[in-house]
Amino acid sequence: MKSAVLVFPGSNREGDMVRALTQAGSKVEKVWHADHELPKGTDLVVLPGGFSYGDYLRCGAIAGRAHIMDAVRAHAARGGLVLGVCNGFQILCESGLLPGILMRNANLKFICHRQFLRVERNDTVFAKRYAKGQAIDVCVAHGEGNYTADTETLKRLEGESLVAFRYCDADGQVTPDANRNGSMNSIAGIYSEKLNVMGMMPHPENLIEDLVGGTDGRGLFESLVSSFAKAA
Amino acid sequence: MKARVTVTLKNGVLDPQGKAIEGALKSLGVEGIASVRQGKVFDIELGTVDKGHAEASLKAACEKLLANTVIENYRVEIA
Repeated sequence: MKSAVLVFPGSNREGDMVRALTQAGSKVEKVWHADHELPKGTDLVVLPGGFSYGDYLRCGAIAGRAHIMDAVRAHAARGGLVLGVCNGFQILCESGLLPGILMRNANLKFICHRQFLRVERNDTVFAKRYAKGQAIDVCVAHGEGNYTADTETLKRLEGESLVAFRYCDADGQVTPDANRNGSMNSIAGIYSEKLNVMGMMPHPENLIEDLVGGTDGRGLFESLVSSFAKAA
Repeated sequence: MKARVTVTLKNGVLDPQGKAIEGALKSLGVEGIASVRQGKVFDIELGTVDKGHAEASLKAACEKLLANTVIENYRVEIA
């Protein structure tokens, strides 16, 4: 599998993302935001975390309109895979690739802690290495992760089972206490209609080594890479 | 020609920043304030003298970048 990790001015998690993808067995190339094309043969585009353009205007707003995003939109329209994490999720929402928006956390605080997520479905290329309903132990670090969408969009996301992950406790229970940023329906991550684009606020790429306290994040990258091993 | 674009949150969209400012004003003892909603103001210098052209450009600017119409409304005033 070949992954392209996009780098915008202010991205700062691209190194961790490259490491997680490489560990899972993907070839990885970094792509600068001003480029107009993705590397030939790109299977997966990843938008990493950070503070693109200093979060000016709205988080992800300016990056969402960068030249390279036209290529990402075309890649997604062809059925290509796209993953956005943290600021990457914000960029996907701002670019129109995913619905809704990430607003300021309800408690107005930057939150940075370990966080359990409930895997809402495991029949996707992003989550097949997890069990449905499994509580995975990753972490969050964001000030604007409060997922918000209009009633129609929320109804569609739930009706079509497009919620990827929800904030939960260690037992997999989706409780108000576990939803520290105030996201609607405790949404931590969502899929596009065709399940080929996924955005999430938490960082699976942070938890891929026992040395730093956990490896639950590996499943996501291994899911992606194993999907391609089978297809090839 | 100059223009001012005001971007505000739509009614019903939760505004935690506005709420915090409202709370701060109350704690400062400023009286008579019922609620606060925070927005953004953009002062824009136009490179055209044609009002119709300016209106079209400003609308495009708002729709494409300045406002996220999922949660925000915008208002354009040309001076």
